[in-house]
Amino acid sequence: MIDLHGYGPRLFEGALLTFEVAVLSVILALLLGLVTATAKLSRSRLLHAFATLYTTVIRGVPDLVLMLLLFYGGQIGINAFTDWLYDAFGIDIFININAFVAGTITIGIIFGAYMAETFRGAFLAVDEGQLEAARAYGMNSWKIFKRVHFPQMMRHALPGLGNNWMVLLKTTALVSIIGLADMVKIADEATKAEHAPFLFMLPVAVGYLAIASVSELFFKWLTKRYNVGFGET
Amino acid sequence: MKKTIHILSAVLACTTLLPQAASAREGENVRIAVDVPYTPFEYRTADGKLTGFEIELGDALCAEAKLKCSWVEQSWDGIIPGLLARKYDAILSSMSITPEREKQVLFSEPYYLTPSIWVARKDSAIDIDDKASLKGLTVGVQRGDIRDNYLSEFYADTLTIRRYATAEDVATDFEAGRLDLAMMDYPVALETLNFLSPDSPYQQVGPGIREPERIFGKGAAVAFRKRDKELAEKFNQALETVKQDGTYDRLMKKYFDYDIKI
Amino acid sequence: MSVEQLLQTIAGYLNGNDIFTVNTLGMYWDGFVNTVQLVFISLLIGLALAVPLAIGRGSPLKLVSKSIWLYTYIFRGTPLLIQLYLAYYGFAFVPGIQDSWLWFFVQDPLYPALFAFTLNTAAYTTEIFHGAIKSTAKGEIEAARAFGMSKAMMMRRIILPSAFRRALPAYGNEVIFMLHASAIASVVTIMDLTGAAYYVYSRFYAPFPAFIFVAFIYMALSFSIQGFFRHLEKRLLVHLKPNNR
Repeated sequence: MIDLHGYGPRLFEGALLTFEVAVLSVILALLLGLVTATAKLSRSRLLHAFATLYTTVIRGVPDLVLMLLLFYGGQIGINAFTDWLYDAFGIDIFININAFVAGTITIGIIFGAYMAETFRGAFLAVDEGQLEAARAYGMNSWKIFKRVHFPQMMRHALPGLGNNWMVLLKTTALVSIIGLADMVKIADEATKAEHAPFLFMLPVAVGYLAIASVSELFFKWLTKRYNVGFGET
Repeated sequence: MKKTIHILSAVLACTTLLPQAASAREGENVRIAVDVPYTPFEYRTADGKLTGFEIELGDALCAEAKLKCSWVEQSWDGIIPGLLARKYDAILSSMSITPEREKQVLFSEPYYLTPSIWVARKDSAIDIDDKASLKGLTVGVQRGDIRDNYLSEFYADTLTIRRYATAEDVATDFEAGRLDLAMMDYPVALETLNFLSPDSPYQQVGPGIREPERIFGKGAAVAFRKRDKELAEKFNQALETVKQDGTYDRLMKKYFDYDIKI
Repeated sequence: MSVEQLLQTIAGYLNGNDIFTVNTLGMYWDGFVNTVQLVFISLLIGLALAVPLAIGRGSPLKLVSKSIWLYTYIFRGTPLLIQLYLAYYGFAFVPGIQDSWLWFFVQDPLYPALFAFTLNTAAYTTEIFHGAIKSTAKGEIEAARAFGMSKAMMMRRIILPSAFRRALPAYGNEVIFMLHASAIASVVTIMDLTGAAYYVYSRFYAPFPAFIFVAFIYMALSFSIQGFFRHLEKRLLVHLKPNNR
């Protein structure tokens, strides 16, 4: 076994944290993506404009800049709000934007924009006839969404979602820059203390490849599930 | 109105963020921020315990002022914004009193003053007073501290300035040989580069630097939010006592074999 | 108007503004130059590497195609930040490197960053081109064969040009991705755009002006790149369109 100079357990904890940040932010991204895609497809001009502004800004600005902005600026913004609450209503609360919160929210917001594009394309790709058939069955619009539109959309969205997840996973490395002790941060600390970069960085690289490979298998399985009845002739 | 308040606070609680007390009041916990590691002022022992000159001094001050204190770790980059944003109530982390910072925070009386120094390799023939000969050399410094401000103002055209997140990062790249010079606070340079030991490859070049005071400040002090005048006053009184009753001198002797008292 | 006069006018506007002084704007400008330089050079070398790699990726020789696959798999599967750390610290602590000629490159943070960025973008670009080459229409190849073209000539005259065209949208995305990814250069002390913003932030404790300003610069750059590629796509489409007359 490789000698990690006692950093082994901390590296493992860091890996868990990386995974935690990734999973929480992908949940946020999926929700934001669905909402934004719906807004983009809606007839309301205002909603459409908001959604477009959101996805455009995210595509134009680097993830790290957004993260630094939210981490350092977010607290001031939130405080302006809670100060106002205190002045106006006497409510005394304090919301702490720590590195974990800032990192997870930023990654969620960034990938929400990419998810939105994926979902939008997938919603549009669903055969109109399917929806008409559902309507003819007398389903209400929620039922149509749940039973017909969503499952069929997912079939088209899955490759894009899988791709986004892989990119998101790698983006979590940025949280180390705002001081969160993920596996990159621990490896960086260890590198500086022991002057042995390959010893600590390579296991982390393998960790990422491992998570990516497992996710690939998971997405293969999902694709099979959602493709039932299609193209398996 | 009450209902609105309930709904609002429920919404805010739902953001999964922990609501905490807004600021320190009578008998409440005073949260003090510190940037770790900054040996020997603050660092962690092998078993993870937080210690150092400022940690012990802070604990002594709190005991003297009969305050309940706790330590919060915060990186240097965000330490003043964090105070203003009420993540904690005071900063006790080798922060020098400078006019620029005084615009943002309220300082206690200073409690130590040390010079900043240049460090170079022993085999290099650097003459720090001959500014022209420095042209093209590279210096490492911690981003956003007083030495960064000094270099940015007086050496931006002469030296290539590399800014690092922590003093430890400066030391790492200095040891890797990427830097010709490092500029650090004297005690920190002594601790991280150990340049006084005879077999150390490094040496101090030039005298210690304290001028201009506008940049290097009037010594390190505890920082508070501007409106927390009472808290600052309590710390000032405790500082006065601790400096006189020998507590300060005892701590200083424990960590330094030179005088940093002011 | 002379440069001096212009500077003075700008200085006049900036009077009374604590943060955006001539000094900090100069830093942002240097950051801009560094970012553009870093991204442009790594993209250029990355592109030059990617073309032969993409051809090799489809080679019938298993050893060649598999090893190129492994390279792209590793570089696309791990964060660029780790690749950057490895390039920056990995070489610096190799014993004896300080006395070798390599030290000139290792000592400066710019070259390790270029090294990491180039290998990274080359890996992504290889896969983009590989995909485009694979999807070349059978008819084009058959026609080329019917003309009696050699394999090399076919690659040069038929497959690559049409693959480039098909790869263009994806490559445009890769360029923007690289621009955004380059923001991490600031963690190894390079004063790029993000580094300048970070400095201004830590000097004045003003996160909003510092980072929002730089966000706008990145946005302007991103959309210029996007516009350029759209334009290119249009022109190349016309140029390479089969002649139907």
